[in-house]
Amino acid sequence: MSDVRLETDIAVIGGGLVGAAIAYGLAREGRAVRVLDEGDVALRASRANFALVWVQSKGLGMPEYAAWTRASAAAWPALAAALREDTGIDVGLSQPGGFTLALSEAEMQRRMEMTRLLHNQPDMVKYDYEILDHAQTSKRLPAIGRDVVGSIYCPLDGHVNSLRLFRCLHQAIKRYGVGYHPNCAVETITPIAQGFALEGSFGELRAGKLVLAAGLDNARLAPMVDLEAPVVPSKGQIIVTEKVAPFLTYPMHTLRQTDEGGVMIGDSQEDHGFDTAVTTAVISVMAQRAVRMFPLLAKLNVVRTWSALRVMSPDGFPIYAQSRIHPGAFLATCHSGVTLAANHALTLAPAIARGGLPRGTSSFTSERFHVPTLA
Amino acid sequence: MFRRLPEATGAPIPFTFDGREMVGRRGDTVAAALLAAGISVCRTMAVSGAPRGPYCMMGVCFDCLVTIDGAANRQGCLVLLVEGMRIKTQAGAPQAQAEEGAT
Ligand SMILES: Cc1cc2nc3c(=O)[nH]c(=O)nc-3n(C[C@H](O)[C@H](O)[C@H](O)COP(=O)(O)OP(=O)(O)OC[C@H]3O[C@@H](n4cnc5c(N)ncnc54)[C@H](O)[C@@H]3O)c2cc1C
Ligand code: FES
Repeated sequence: MSDVRLETDIAVIGGGLVGAAIAYGLAREGRAVRVLDEGDVALRASRANFALVWVQSKGLGMPEYAAWTRASAAAWPALAAALREDTGIDVGLSQPGGFTLALSEAEMQRRMEMTRLLHNQPDMVKYDYEILDHAQTSKRLPAIGRDVVGSIYCPLDGHVNSLRLFRCLHQAIKRYGVGYHPNCAVETITPIAQGFALEGSFGELRAGKLVLAAGLDNARLAPMVDLEAPVVPSKGQIIVTEKVAPFLTYPMHTLRQTDEGGVMIGDSQEDHGFDTAVTTAVISVMAQRAVRMFPLLAKLNVVRTWSALRVMSPDGFPIYAQSRIHPGAFLATCHSGVTLAANHALTLAPAIARGGLPRGTSSFTSERFHVPTLA
Repeated sequence: MFRRLPEATGAPIPFTFDGREMVGRRGDTVAAALLAAGISVCRTMAVSGAPRGPYCMMGVCFDCLVTIDGAANRQGCLVLLVEGMRIKTQAGAPQAQAEEGAT
């Protein structure tokens, strides 16, 4: 079936945020890399996300994830600087700290309890956060409405311009000579003597090493190299308003003003399989909550709504693994590809280039899904 | 740049644009009335400040944004011209403003 036969040192399957960040990191290590990607019909979380670089609330149940997330947020300025140097593009990174606002006492109690449990875990990475009441919150966020009961503030949180980040990563890998091949969906992977043979309607690509970064399709591809990626879609919906003069310096967990002035509202998480319809019921609850948080949003025009699919593992944490049976085959998948982009480019990719996974990531393999239940 | 078709009728509708008195025709949208009056720039972009004027005339491009009777960022091509409308250039991004007593 092969009409074209290509060869490369490392093949990355998937050109979303995860694949592009890893390809960027590998290329910076001087590796010959090719990225195989689907076309415009692809399910791409990377083109539709909320753009937070978010630390607070991450890692309940897996403190290593809290540490990994915190490290990525700390490495983000270095990623932004490297990207600016390589492409001239400013991805609009801003890390002033972020708030999670609560709209009822019950919600506030729930969030405080979650935060307490998170930070009381053994081996939990230490970082600052503050629990604020209405008055303390309104000192820093004068535009909040009276329904805001309180908030949790963490100085490590921030956001970027996510579409610019995506474009910038692709421009950067091109500059490093990475071959980017759209409309080249990989159908099968076969381990061969010198690595892997990847086949699809495009022909065949032989690669010494392989990184699976195909988002939801990792579930299908991983078993071909004896890996496992039990990821499923989790729908998220987003509202964007017209651009207005800057009034919000800080990002909230579910609401932020972009560097260009539009306000993004995104609050939903649903599990409806591969359905990407925008639904008025969900959108109107999101809009109502947003207006209670910031009453001045009530008068703004909504210019777009959309929905997209998160790539969700059974416990919500990332999966990074190398195949034991077919070494050289790596898997990377997560549901916070923006936040973790700095780690993917600056920590994970260099380790993969050296043939392994970074230190401190051993808990992220898919073996954790097979812990035998104790009787 | 634009001329009305000779068969175009419709009663004259007076309005102002940035304080200047102008006349459109019944049935005009705000954007059509501005173009017919020789106005080709009605807003500046919120990000770059570049000048823009009505383009698609069907609600898609948002290049026809104007402030109408104090309401910012209205799409001129989707609003019918009404007698006495005070239309203003949409200069960059407007301020988000709270409704009375909302906070
Ligand atoms: C609504 C929403 C809000 C979000 N908000 C945030 C946020 O605020 N902060 C944050 O950090 N993260 C956020 N995320 C998550 C983030 O967008 C994802 O973690 C990230 O985009 C995942 O990137 P990915 O490359 O793994 O997957 P995707 O972007 O889904 O990309 C997968 C790529 O693989 C390609 N592909 C699939 N199958 C094949 C194949 N067989 N062969 C070749 N190529 C293939 C596809 O073409 C696609 O380009 C959000 C996600 C959603 C949906
Ligand atoms: S002219 Fe395009 S939206 Fe009005």
